[in-house]
Amino acid sequence: MIDKIASLGHSGISMVISFGRAGRFLAGVLSGVPRPVAGFPLLMRQLYSVGVLSLAIVVVSGLFIGMVLGLQGYTILSDFGSEAAIGQMIALTLVRELGPVVTALLFAGRAGSALTAEIGLMKATEQLSSMEMMGVDPLRRVIAPRLWAGFIAMPVLAVIFSMVGIWGGMLVGVEWLGVFEGSYWGNMQASVDFRDDVINGVIKSVVFGFVCSWIAVYQGYDCVPTSAGISSATTKTVVYSSLAVLGLDFVLTAVMFGNF
Amino acid sequence: MKQRTTDITVGLFMLAGLAALLFLALQVSGLSPKSAKSTYTVYADFNDTGGITPRGRVSMAGVTVGTIDSVTLNKETFQARVAMSIHGDVDNIPADSAAVIRTSGLLGEQYIDISIGGDMESLKPGDTFYSTQSAMNIERLISNFASGK
Repeated sequence: MIDKIASLGHSGISMVISFGRAGRFLAGVLSGVPRPVAGFPLLMRQLYSVGVLSLAIVVVSGLFIGMVLGLQGYTILSDFGSEAAIGQMIALTLVRELGPVVTALLFAGRAGSALTAEIGLMKATEQLSSMEMMGVDPLRRVIAPRLWAGFIAMPVLAVIFSMVGIWGGMLVGVEWLGVFEGSYWGNMQASVDFRDDVINGVIKSVVFGFVCSWIAVYQGYDCVPTSAGISSATTKTVVYSSLAVLGLDFVLTAVMFGNF
Repeated sequence: MKQRTTDITVGLFMLAGLAALLFLALQVSGLSPKSAKSTYTVYADFNDTGGITPRGRVSMAGVTVGTIDSVTLNKETFQARVAMSIHGDVDNIPADSAAVIRTSGLLGEQYIDISIGGDMESLKPGDTFYSTQSAMNIERLISNFASGK
């Protein structure tokens, strides 16, 4: 009994410790940033592997999610004879919620896990400590470009996701089911506000990008340097990122769109 | 991969993001470069605004001529005071026009329609509509009908 209570306290304390380590780690990474000229090629390479290579999965998912929204929305709205509102429904769902959230989940699975595994393997094969031996700060050389790349790539991916989704919805709604194209775009433009909807969606994806890449690089940097340690760190990255994204999404939605 | 190729692909990626944002701004949210034209504000007092909300439209003969800015309660008269911004080029609304709350379709959103009066004077910025007609309330309509009034 006493042991159980003690282990509960122990896990609580270790959780607080890991939060503290993550915060200190983040401070260490961000304080090492300002070296734009030398760091730029590194950032570009990471933007390529984190952003450009995630483009395919984001575009395909966006297209299909838009098409499904179009089909489902048409089925429901045509019961009320208001299938012209389908454009408005698709655009608001994508721009406000699905764009940022689904992109962040895909990003955590596609790019976050790769970041963790890469940095974890660097740690296990002692590349990070040999960098330190050579006087190169691994936080600056390895971690910071990856963190910034995730931070920059996520909003770009989310915006592309929303655009492709809206286009996919038009493909189903207008081309296939025969909603009048003018009312598809007209209803959309009447109800979507640039600042309230589009910009708030972009802000959401910036927050998600920051959280996802922070979790990914921290888990890699902090993993137990064994093969089992790397695999559990990769799992943790995906699980924690998904939970953090969904939880934060609720908070951000309540702040941005809740009227109170 | 060579650094140059990486740079070019990443550049294209960022441009695609920019183009997507532009698409969301222009095509989806209908933000047009010329929509930043001048507007002027007029007011109207209603007994019952129904479901009027800010960003709703103000129309005249079915054509949108402005948007609703705010809906507030006037604590002295207990009426709702609606501020609306009218496009600057519609500057000849007769001063005795009425602001009427209408519903588009049976279940559609509510908007303000300006029914034109015959006065030679026109409304100036900051003026208040002299006559208004509140939102049609279906429950009140039915109860009036049922009690035979």
